[in-house]
Amino acid sequence: MLSIRHLQRPGLGPIDLDVPLGDCVCISGPSGAGKSLLLRSIADLDPNTGTVMVEGVDRSYLDAPHWRSRVGYVPAEPAWWDTVPANHFADVAEATEITSRLGLGAHMMDQAIETLSTGERQRFALARALELNPSVLMLDEPTSALDEDSTILVEREISAALARGVAVLLVTHDTAQAERLAHARYTMQLGGILT
Amino acid sequence: MTSYISLGYMDVALAGSLLCINAALSFALNLGLSKRMFIAGTRMVVQLLLVGLVLKALFVSVSPWMTALAAVVMIGFAGYEARARQEKRFIGFWSWGLGAGSMAFAALVVTIFALSTAIRPEPWYHPQYAIPLLGMILGNAMTGVALGLERFLSVTDRERRAIEARLLCGATIQTALQGPVREAVRAGMIPIINAMASAGLVSLPGMMTGQILAGVEPFEAVKYQLLIMFLIGGGTTLGLVVAVLGASRLLTDDRHRLRLDRVYTQK
Repeated sequence: MLSIRHLQRPGLGPIDLDVPLGDCVCISGPSGAGKSLLLRSIADLDPNTGTVMVEGVDRSYLDAPHWRSRVGYVPAEPAWWDTVPANHFADVAEATEITSRLGLGAHMMDQAIETLSTGERQRFALARALELNPSVLMLDEPTSALDEDSTILVEREISAALARGVAVLLVTHDTAQAERLAHARYTMQLGGILT
Repeated sequence: MTSYISLGYMDVALAGSLLCINAALSFALNLGLSKRMFIAGTRMVVQLLLVGLVLKALFVSVSPWMTALAAVVMIGFAGYEARARQEKRFIGFWSWGLGAGSMAFAALVVTIFALSTAIRPEPWYHPQYAIPLLGMILGNAMTGVALGLERFLSVTDRERRAIEARLLCGATIQTALQGPVREAVRAGMIPIINAMASAGLVSLPGMMTGQILAGVEPFEAVKYQLLIMFLIGGGTTLGLVVAVLGASRLLTDDRHRLRLDRVYTQK
C-alpha cells in the first residue's frame, strides 16, 4: 500500500491518502488545485514534510534514487536527457517489449525524440517508468494527447500493472477513463483533497 | 632589465585624450555611453594610481601580513566582480562566497606553487612577485569562474525537467547534473584556450608587451609570459572546477533534489 500522512509543502496539503497495492486511485480537479504538486511531493522532488510509505517502508529509510525507482512518476509533459528514446532505458530489449505493447515500433527507439509526436513521447515516458518495475505508478494525465486506439493500449498497460499488484495514482480529467480504471476517486481543490 | 623610456604625466594625459574622442563619437552617434565612459576612465585612473601607491608601500615594507592583507582585498573584489557578471545567483552569502572561495583556493595554490618553484624570490612571499602574480591569475580565473557559474546556473534552469526526468528514473543527482557540469566547465575554459592559441600570432600578451617596453630582452619576456600563461591556465581550470562542483553541491540536497529555489535572477 502507498500510505501518505500529513504530506505538506507550500500550496499543498496536509494530505492523507491510502492507495492499496493493485488499486487505482483517480484524482481530478481544476488546474492549480495541487494535483501535480502532490505527485512531485510523493516522488520527493521538492522539499516537503509528512510521512510517505510503500509496503510499510518509510521513504526516509531509503535513499532518494532508490525511493524514486519504487514510485514511478510520469509527469504530464515528460522530458528527455538524450536525443533518442533508446538511451533512456537500462535494458533496451526489455523496453522494446513494453513499447511494442504500447503501439510503438521497435525502429522508433532510435528515432530523434524531437521528431516524435506528443502522444508517442507520452507512451515512451510511460514505458520508461514501467521498465523500473515500480511498486507505485503515478501518472499525470497519461492519455491527454492520445487517440482512442492508443488510449486503449495505455489503459490496458495500466490494468496489467494493477493485476501485478502495482498501486496506481492517476490524475485525469477524463471521467469515462476514471470510471473504467478507478477503485476510488477524489477531487482536489486549493491544495487539499475533497473526498 | 636594460633600459626603458620613462613616461611623464603629460605623456599619459595625451594618450588619455583618446578617451575624449571616444566620448565625442558616442555623443555624435547617440550611443549614450559618454557618461559611463567618463566614469570608467576616471575609476581606472584613480584605481591604478592608488594601486601604484599601495604597491610602492608594500614593496618597501616586504611584510607577510601586509602582503596577505592585499591578497585578501584582491580576492574579495574578485568575488564581487565575478558575482556582478552573473545574471543568476545563489541567494545569500554564496552568491559572493562561491566565486571568491574557489578563486582564492585556485589562485593561492598556483601562486604559491610558482613562487616556490619557478621564481623563488627571497623571502618567498616577496610582494613584488607575489602580488602581480596573484593579480594576473585572479583576473583570468575570475573570467573563467564567472562564465562557468553563469553557464551552469542557466543550463540547470533551462534543463530542469530533463534533470528531474533522470532523477525519476532512479539516477543520483550527481549523475543527473553531469551534462550541465561538463557544459559549464567547457564554457569557462574556452577563453583561456583561445588566449593560449592566439598568443603571439593575433596579439602580444599584455605582460610581455609591458616587459619589452620596459627594456627586457624579448626572449626573457617570452619565458615569463609562457610561465604566466601556464599558471593562468592551471589556476583558471582549478578555480573553475571547484566553483562548478561547489555550485552543483549547493544546488542539491541530501534527498537528491534539484534546488533551483536557492537561485534568483538578477534583473
